[in-house]
Amino acid sequence: MKVKLRIKRFNPEKDKEPWWGEYDVEMDPTDRVLDALHYVKWHIDGTLTLRRSCGHGICGSDAMRINGVNRLACKVLLRDVAPVVTVEPILGLPVIKDLVVDMEPFMAQYRSVMPYFVNDEPPPPRERLQSPEERAVFDDTTKCILCACCTTSCPSFWARGEYVGPAAIVQAHRFIFDSRDRAAAQRLEILNEPDGIWRCRTVYNCTNACPREIKITEAIAEVKKALLFSRL
Amino acid sequence: MSTFQYDVLVIGAGGAGLMAALYASKSANTAVLSKLYPTRSHTGAAQGGISAALGNHEEDHWEWHAYDTVKGSDYLGDQDAIEIMCREAIDVVIELEHMGLPFDRTPEGKIAQRPFGGHTRNYGEAPVRRACHAADRTGHMILQTLYQQCIKHNVNFFDEFQVLDLIIEDGVCKGAIAYEIDTGEIHTFHAKAVILATGGWGKCWSVTSNAFTLTGDGAAIVLRHGVPLEDMEFFQFHPTGIWKMGILITEGVRGEGGILRNNLGERFMERYSPTLKDLAPRDVVSRAIYMEIREGRGIDGKDYVYLDATHLGRERIEKKLPDIADFCRTYLGIDPAEQPMPVQPTAHYAMGGIPTDVDGRVIVDANNTPLYGLYAAGEVACVSVHGANRLGTNSLLDLVVFGRRAGIHAAAFANEIEFQPIPDNADEPTRELVERVRTHDGDENVATIRAEMQKLMMNNVGVFRTEELLTEAVEKLKELKERARNISIQDKGKRFNQDLLEAIELYNLLDLAEVTALSALNRTESRGAHSREDYPERDDENWLKHTLIYREEDGSYRFDYKPVTITKFEPKPRVY
Ligand SMILES: Cc1cc2nc3c(=O)[nH]c(=O)nc-3n(C[C@H](O)[C@H](O)[C@H](O)COP(=O)(O)OP(=O)(O)OC[C@H]3O[C@@H](n4cnc5c(N)ncnc54)[C@H](O)[C@@H]3O)c2cc1C
Ligand code: SF4
Ligand code: SF4
Ligand code: FES
Repeated sequence: MKVKLRIKRFNPEKDKEPWWGEYDVEMDPTDRVLDALHYVKWHIDGTLTLRRSCGHGICGSDAMRINGVNRLACKVLLRDVAPVVTVEPILGLPVIKDLVVDMEPFMAQYRSVMPYFVNDEPPPPRERLQSPEERAVFDDTTKCILCACCTTSCPSFWARGEYVGPAAIVQAHRFIFDSRDRAAAQRLEILNEPDGIWRCRTVYNCTNACPREIKITEAIAEVKKALLFSRL
Repeated sequence: MSTFQYDVLVIGAGGAGLMAALYASKSANTAVLSKLYPTRSHTGAAQGGISAALGNHEEDHWEWHAYDTVKGSDYLGDQDAIEIMCREAIDVVIELEHMGLPFDRTPEGKIAQRPFGGHTRNYGEAPVRRACHAADRTGHMILQTLYQQCIKHNVNFFDEFQVLDLIIEDGVCKGAIAYEIDTGEIHTFHAKAVILATGGWGKCWSVTSNAFTLTGDGAAIVLRHGVPLEDMEFFQFHPTGIWKMGILITEGVRGEGGILRNNLGERFMERYSPTLKDLAPRDVVSRAIYMEIREGRGIDGKDYVYLDATHLGRERIEKKLPDIADFCRTYLGIDPAEQPMPVQPTAHYAMGGIPTDVDGRVIVDANNTPLYGLYAAGEVACVSVHGANRLGTNSLLDLVVFGRRAGIHAAAFANEIEFQPIPDNADEPTRELVERVRTHDGDENVATIRAEMQKLMMNNVGVFRTEELLTEAVEKLKELKERARNISIQDKGKRFNQDLLEAIELYNLLDLAEVTALSALNRTESRGAHSREDYPERDDENWLKHTLIYREEDGSYRFDYKPVTITKFEPKPRVY
């Protein structure tokens, strides 16, 4: 199958402005967009730059805008997006080169919500018990791979880069609703700040973008509810 | 350029590296260097589970676990190390739970466990539930949990720093040279102890479950410094990779009751392993699949069979194996609750690697002489707990048990000694390498040579091997290495130059492919994952020993051997 790739290119060492590179490649319909990008990189233009590792949607390296929607290039088959495939870096983070963006602002937001288990009570000799029901409450948000598809498709984040963003809220949710954790109140306080959860306008972009199919808007709503009902 | 100084330097941020870093940073100034953001490491791809004889569902003992591991290793695993691993398994899994790892739960609220290949009750009687799991994303949860704990404890990270060399002088490791991917700068890291945790090298083969970035950098670097690699002929092919793509379908599918079928619909594993059937160890199942294909019982006469989970019911599949269901829908366009999955063996796991003792110290000969200051843990290391064939769920266990031990030992070592002086030009060889690759004007292409190597390794150094195939592989690899000197890259810049790094990674892969083929040619017996059609029997008299392969200054290779440590379990014929 013939595929035309339109890739937004930018190399700060050479280019003043981003430009569109067009590449015609012959691929199988069941190939991934990542395979097509690799074809270009390996056989047409070795300077094309992108992050990738696992190749099957679990490491979160290759978030990019594919035909205007945030996707992992390794999780989109060409047959679903061809014949013309437009690929751009995700929006709202500084571009380093081609499809590679600076993830540090995103990771800083992640770190800001205490994304780690807190329980200073002396642990029992065996595992802390947790019922399957208690475990199920936060199952969905444990799936996050920090790909940034959600945050970089959020209009509130585009409008204000300081907004903590859906990915960080997902991480906070994972711990707030873990029956074993003891720092929910602190996380809720962090999310109650001006650039916290209230900037979310419930537009659902994030949920549609999540390659792990996490029900992000629902998770955000649960955290908002927890905030309203906690006496902060 | 800058020079950094840390007591302990951890290279690699997968399960092994992060566990080592958590422990080392408790008492020593520690930094982690990783060519990927830590959460991108391939530990996150691990699906099925981590083993520990918790006995949460039924009676289990670490001694049974040790026996299974020894037998699974085809008696090549070192039994002292295996005992340590299986004993510490219980405590380390509980520790992970205390760090917040969200395991699935039993109705009583304990960690849930499922059966896995080769794990049995009472020394081989029947499968036992020993694999602790979090759906089919156990590795993801381990990686996330360890990274979260590192954030909590303010571990220093240098993300997207690719290590290209180690500083080793007079039998002492004193640091590493790293390439900062974003800027193209080369930095010197001066350290008292270095822990290598760079993972495997599945990218030597064309069909693999491994990430594009698993290029065996750590193993290739030490090989060039005269450190031997151990048991490189043993590379595991996992029986169930998605046909042609290699993406892994966890053994957990069979743990939950999935069945392998040939084109006649037969449950063929009954013939190869009457007791454990589909839950036989991986080497046994991979060979069985190849035999079926060879005898014309592949699906549609092609090189794959079916993994059938349709009888498990949609609910069980969506609950216990959600990611597998997602892979099937995404990449195959099929629903595993309705249709069987097309699978073939996929290059998966390096049993061999950098020889270490049980504290992670790298050793350089059969007398266990340590290379001071250098440690290795995780898939890159060979302790050896997996011997000739690793049991599923034992790798995640290996990462955390020996990652922890290496971290503790390295920090203690660092706290006892002073920084050893390093030469001013320690980074010189790396600068030369980078400049040569950047500027060389040749007519070869990285991707072409890599693809040829991968195909060659798949065909000639795969599940079944012969002298003829292996000799041909060795010769062709020599040619490919020769051609690779003539590679020319297109990206001449400094920023995020992956073109350059892929070329350097290819050199690493070629070296590891070469030592794998040479070691396989050298071992004239069949044991575990190493199956020689011209030597079909296990030969304990001559080959109950570890291979050590050394690279000499002139680029030639030399073999030596190390005895296997046997404590309780004398080698017996291996039937399942
Ligand atoms: C698909 C799949 C499923 C699996 N499922 C299971 C399972 O269910 N149970 C089980 O026990 N095992 C499983 N395994 C095996 C197990 O997951 C791996 O063996 C293990 O995760 C390897 O961990 P590691 O820490 O050694 O390396 P990795 O997690 O691979 O990490 C390597 C690290 O090294 C870094 N690195 C590499 N080279 C350099 C360099 N030059 N400079 C700087 N950094 C570098 C990388 O950035 C990365 O951080 C599975 C493996 C695969 C592929
Ligand atoms: S629902 Fe909230 S977080 Fe998600 S995209 Fe909309 S505004 Fe952003
Ligand atoms: S919530 Fe989903 S989209 Fe957002 S970072 Fe996590 S995995 Fe990616
Ligand atoms: S390459 Fe890992 S998510 Fe796409």
